[in-house]
Amino acid sequence: MSNRAKVQEIEDVVVKFVGDSGDGMQLTGTLFSDAAVKAGNDMATFPDFPAEIRAPLNTVAGVSGFQVHIGSSKIHTSGDYCDVLVAMNPASLKANLKWVKPGATIIVDIDTFEEKAFAKAGYDSNPLDNGSLDSYYILKAPVSSMTKAALTDLPVDTKMADKTRNMFALGLMLYIFNRQLEPTIKYINNKFGKNLPVLEANVAVLNAGYNYADTIEALPSIYNIAPAVIEKGKYRNITGNIAAAWGLLAASERSARPLFLGSYPITPATDIMIELARHKSLGAKVFQAEDEIAGICSSLGASFAGSLAVTTTSGPGLSLKSEAIGLAVITELPIVIIDVQRAGPSTGMPTKSEQADLYQALFGRNGECPTVVMAASSPADCFYAAFEAAKIAMEHMTPVLLLSDGYIANGSQLFKIPKVADLPEIHPPIAKPNDPNYKPFRRDPETFVRQWAFPGTEGLRHRVGGLEKENGIGTVSTDPNNHQLMVDMREAKVQKVSEYIADQKIIGENEGDLLIVSWGGTLGAMTSAVDTLQKEGKSVSLAHFKHIMPLPKNTANVLKGFKKILVCELNSGQFVNYLRMKHHEHSYFQYNKVQGLPFMVSDLIAKFNQMLNEK
Amino acid sequence: MNNQYTITNLTVEKSETPLSKDDFVSDQMVRWCPGCGSHAILNSVEAVFPKIGYKKENFMIVSGIGCSSRFPYYVNTYGFHGIHGRASAIATGVKLANPGLSVWIATGDGDSMAIGGNHFIHLIRRNVDVNLLLFNNQIYGLTKGQYSPTSPMGTVTKTSPQGTIEHPFNPGELVIGSQGTFFARVIDSNQKMMTEVMFESARHDGTSVIEILQNCIIFADKTHAMVTSKELRDDRQLHLEDGKPMLFGKDKTKGIRLNGTHLEAVTIGVDGITEKDILVHDQYRADPGIHLMLSKMSPPELPVALGVIRSARFSTYDDLVEEQIHYAKANSKIKCVDDLLNSGDTFTIE
Repeated sequence: MSNRAKVQEIEDVVVKFVGDSGDGMQLTGTLFSDAAVKAGNDMATFPDFPAEIRAPLNTVAGVSGFQVHIGSSKIHTSGDYCDVLVAMNPASLKANLKWVKPGATIIVDIDTFEEKAFAKAGYDSNPLDNGSLDSYYILKAPVSSMTKAALTDLPVDTKMADKTRNMFALGLMLYIFNRQLEPTIKYINNKFGKNLPVLEANVAVLNAGYNYADTIEALPSIYNIAPAVIEKGKYRNITGNIAAAWGLLAASERSARPLFLGSYPITPATDIMIELARHKSLGAKVFQAEDEIAGICSSLGASFAGSLAVTTTSGPGLSLKSEAIGLAVITELPIVIIDVQRAGPSTGMPTKSEQADLYQALFGRNGECPTVVMAASSPADCFYAAFEAAKIAMEHMTPVLLLSDGYIANGSQLFKIPKVADLPEIHPPIAKPNDPNYKPFRRDPETFVRQWAFPGTEGLRHRVGGLEKENGIGTVSTDPNNHQLMVDMREAKVQKVSEYIADQKIIGENEGDLLIVSWGGTLGAMTSAVDTLQKEGKSVSLAHFKHIMPLPKNTANVLKGFKKILVCELNSGQFVNYLRMKHHEHSYFQYNKVQGLPFMVSDLIAKFNQMLNEK
Repeated sequence: MNNQYTITNLTVEKSETPLSKDDFVSDQMVRWCPGCGSHAILNSVEAVFPKIGYKKENFMIVSGIGCSSRFPYYVNTYGFHGIHGRASAIATGVKLANPGLSVWIATGDGDSMAIGGNHFIHLIRRNVDVNLLLFNNQIYGLTKGQYSPTSPMGTVTKTSPQGTIEHPFNPGELVIGSQGTFFARVIDSNQKMMTEVMFESARHDGTSVIEILQNCIIFADKTHAMVTSKELRDDRQLHLEDGKPMLFGKDKTKGIRLNGTHLEAVTIGVDGITEKDILVHDQYRADPGIHLMLSKMSPPELPVALGVIRSARFSTYDDLVEEQIHYAKANSKIKCVDDLLNSGDTFTIE
């Protein structure tokens, strides 16, 4: 490695790759993250892509980005603002400048900064020349022309040159962050091994970018991020959607119930279905239904027939599934419904994240219609959350609504690979053939759970359905007292789940000045902010909820030890109002944001400080 | 549709002992109106299930909402009374989860062709191996008399006091247009034909739709009278039999022939017409052209075609699901979830 630039040790860095949606920024970002992980750093990533597949070239609407936060200590979020921005064209610079820290490094493909592109991006003049970027360090790299030059001796056309520009940028960044090229070259070999010209082109351009960085003298320094202190073990990088799919497969194996997914494609949930469709070798049956309703109804049919039944969706799809969730509640059949939330209402902003489906999950059905509601906390937690959702659904014969969101579903983090044998056992209450005491709605006296009797089993023929049934024998009933009893039983059964889930944890002291309450996909940002204040010696604790309906049974204890409680969520105050209903003995402050964006750690810190300072 | 695919033909386990009607009679009080066509359909099902010979636990009936959809409560099998329009979707899940079941759907014209229209056409298009009994009484009965998607144009009902202004669906046309592989039509009052057709539908691999022209004695009485009445039925019913000429009329002297691009009714002996001119029914032919024409025939020009109109052999969705899983299990390196978790790009921190 050249010694022209001095090596500077840094603790963490946020890098964002941005370009046109066809520029391969997602791959570039992923490979850059993988290189960091292999060098022992902790990291968190977040892709930021437009709803359109290919918006007009070089426009702000078509900008796709990938942000990664890497560091030598525990990394909780993909970072608020970036330290390094790699912009492949003027539009991507324009769209992302507001996310760049003052004084940050901006690397641009100078070849794309020409009159026509300025106009398309909405610039009046060249932003690189008019002084508007004076507070940043700008590296003008001739990415396009040097890519072409690197390919002159190879049998590839100009289209290929355009497609491999991202590798030049990646090579350059790998040099700046003091990485080895080998892991990336190995990846390219695996991906393009069968297509030699493409393989050679990508490697040549990657090397060209790396060597370019080595020879220029324009770099202020190169950076080294020491390996993080991470628990020993085997790891992989995982997104929330993949993790959720794998958690379901693990639950299927652990319960010996075959997995059935009935779903309809919807952003940002589709990747769960895509992932499960790849694993037919594990017996997963994936049915792409004609609509959201058929998705859940086919799953419910499969549940009756004895499968671990799942349907995946996002907010608008959950609306369509409401009636069938009611059917699942009254038939008391197990089903996992995963809602990967996005910004609503209606179609809203499909690629942007939000936590505003909580009311819908809790209350969005006709009649007294309780279901278990859970929320995954982080990309890796989606594995455990999906596993637990499946376990609860089957063991308690109830629908479980698992809330994820676009931010953790598409974001990634390190995942310590578990052994399936170390996961909790799952024991569904399956009825025995020819059991003379079997009755469809006979309940376990402890849990109020009925038994699961699959068609095909001898001696257990019975009927379920949407009409109210008589407790015990399960025949159709309109008896007033029986209806009251069944309503109470269904509620009690769900509440009983609180005795089978973990107690709510407090991060920090059990009493103090300020308790921060949050839930779902915001764990990373909340942890970072609370951690910062705790290190400053402030009396702040965090209670981050994963179980919402029912709440953990120690919730009242958790809430009682603090002078102030601040509930933070990416909606207008849905969880806080739920707490006001369930634990009305406290008064709650709330902090909300509904912009389709995650919390900024810096904003949270400012808010917490304000709360602590106000008397 | 891929007709080349090997059909694996998963079979439903047979009963070791002979079964009788009593094995399927439920202990629930049947609450349809006296005189309702549904009673005859129930009788036929109870008569045909023992004949089919599957283990009684392997029958499963799924329904949606409406008078017809109370059906599962009245037959002693596994049953799922679903929600409005969604029986086809629920049944698809049941069959895919356990292909060893004989799955039957009980549904009506409103349930399957209005609110459940989408699921109905996609069930048929996929050719999931289930049997669908379509109770077509051309009216919404359970909600007390509103027009349905099959009510003839001009029908006066509570929601169409001046008569309907909608063009009705012909179920056969919809089924065949949706790539249907089996379509039959029967009349509720002809229990013999109904039982025979149900038996054939059980034997057919793929979605079998049986349209049952059913009388609603309260809200649409005699709605099918132009086909079913004693005076008219000989001339207005064509009873199809595979391999037999399409003859009808009291003395079987009338027949159907193909004239150019359409069907016409002719009389043998008139204008030099002989039996050789009469079309011979081939219910198994893959091409749906003649089947579509037959399903569309309507009085007064033509009789209504009854019996099995189409029974073509194509791959079924559930067979192909099993085949893909079988292939994946045989060929994938990932045999368990531990394999999956440790596959691809992993690294160890020491």
